[in-house]
Amino acid sequence: MNTLTAAWDWLTDPAHWSGDDGIRRRLLQHLGLTVVCLLLSCLIALPVALVLGHLGRGGALAVNISNVGRAVPTFAVLVLLLLTPVGRWGEGPTVVALVLFAIPPLLTNAYVGMREVDRGVVRAARGMGMTGRQLLFHVELPLSFPLLLNGVRIAAVQLVATATIAALAGGGGLGRIITAGFNLASTPMVVAGALLVAVFALVVEGVFEIAERLAPAWARSGR
Amino acid sequence: MTAPPDDCLARNEWICGAYLSTRRQILLDAVVQHLQLTFLSVLIGLAVALPLAVLARRWAWAAGPVLAVTTILYTIPSLAMFSLLLPLYGLSATLVVAGLVLYSLTLLVRNILAGLRAVPEETRQAARGLGYGPVRLLLTVELPLALPAATAGLRIATVSAVSLVTVGAIVGFGGLGNLIYAGMNTYFKAQVLTASVLCVLIAVAADLLLLGVQRLITPWTRPARGRARRPWKAPGSASRPWAAAGPAPRPWKARR
Repeated sequence: MNTLTAAWDWLTDPAHWSGDDGIRRRLLQHLGLTVVCLLLSCLIALPVALVLGHLGRGGALAVNISNVGRAVPTFAVLVLLLLTPVGRWGEGPTVVALVLFAIPPLLTNAYVGMREVDRGVVRAARGMGMTGRQLLFHVELPLSFPLLLNGVRIAAVQLVATATIAALAGGGGLGRIITAGFNLASTPMVVAGALLVAVFALVVEGVFEIAERLAPAWARSGR
Repeated sequence: MTAPPDDCLARNEWICGAYLSTRRQILLDAVVQHLQLTFLSVLIGLAVALPLAVLARRWAWAAGPVLAVTTILYTIPSLAMFSLLLPLYGLSATLVVAGLVLYSLTLLVRNILAGLRAVPEETRQAARGLGYGPVRLLLTVELPLALPAATAGLRIATVSAVSLVTVGAIVGFGGLGNLIYAGMNTYFKAQVLTASVLCVLIAVAADLLLLGVQRLITPWTRPARGRARRPWKAPGSASRPWAAAGPAPRPWKARR
């Protein structure tokens, strides 16, 4: 209990909130990294998944990429990137690693969502004379939306976790409070940083939960 | 003055045979620690998850809270999880194992529960009709039928654990992660790449091993010869071969 009160004291100390290493700056960094990398990875993964899903090609790619995403340690990729020329651009390794690890859930879920659209509906749409583009945007995309959104949610939570580990490899974000705590051998600081990260992750998860509940019925996950 | 040796170590190359031969013992120790941490945490996770899943199956009211708690645990990033356990376990291997156990719980409980729920009601009734009591029913009918789903979860949990052990480097017990961490601080490319590749190899080997074990103990799920296997089975279904190409990948499961 002592550690918890000490961590609480650390958190509520106004001096720890301001400045370059302050909680406020780290929080904004973490949020910025998460949002920017989520957008980037969506921009990369979703068009590919939608086109592949529409054409019905590349199932093997979707399978393999998600297996690889699980087996490759985040920390290893971060350090490998840090030692390559990418490492010289400040947050470069963090951004690249974050995007890489957000792509598998996005790609796989969007692809599967597209493929699980009722074939009867697709054939009916074709029979009505819809072009490929109309079919994609007016039939397949809306019907695959719940699973796609679910992939975005998983990717977002994953991004928060990866951004935390990035601190081990010198990246910014809330993880820096934890690593600084370890370097200073200050357990209250480590626990305070961990609490911030945990709450941040749970808030992101909660935001998506609420978004899914508020979404119109067709966009809601029926699973 | 002797000239500095001009080998791949001195040139700090990514791929370096001299590294492998001179640091064999260090690599071996790291791999052994990596395997121990993974094995222990998955084993303990299984020992905790099994009764939880059985309880959640028996009493429907327990299922909600059990799944909710394990899901919340799974949402917490690994580095934060290890850090939160620091006051309890200090800088020890126990801390890493405890953190990994908490992670594997979600995957294992959810999969075992899905497997138990998928046992057909007729099968259970048939067993009861033959005079099976609840314990015998569980041990000889329900659990064996839940095995494919349970091993699917076990494989995902093991692969994730292999990858997460590396984060344990923050407390000095990260197996190959220690080498990656040290290699990062000294800018030692060969060490980082070798340790990373070994990590992935361990994950692939563990996954294939578990797949083999699953095939052995559940011969009835083996597909008929000549028919394409379905790849990427999600929790609740049978198997998830590593790199099988095929038409039907399964989505990543929502964490709830």
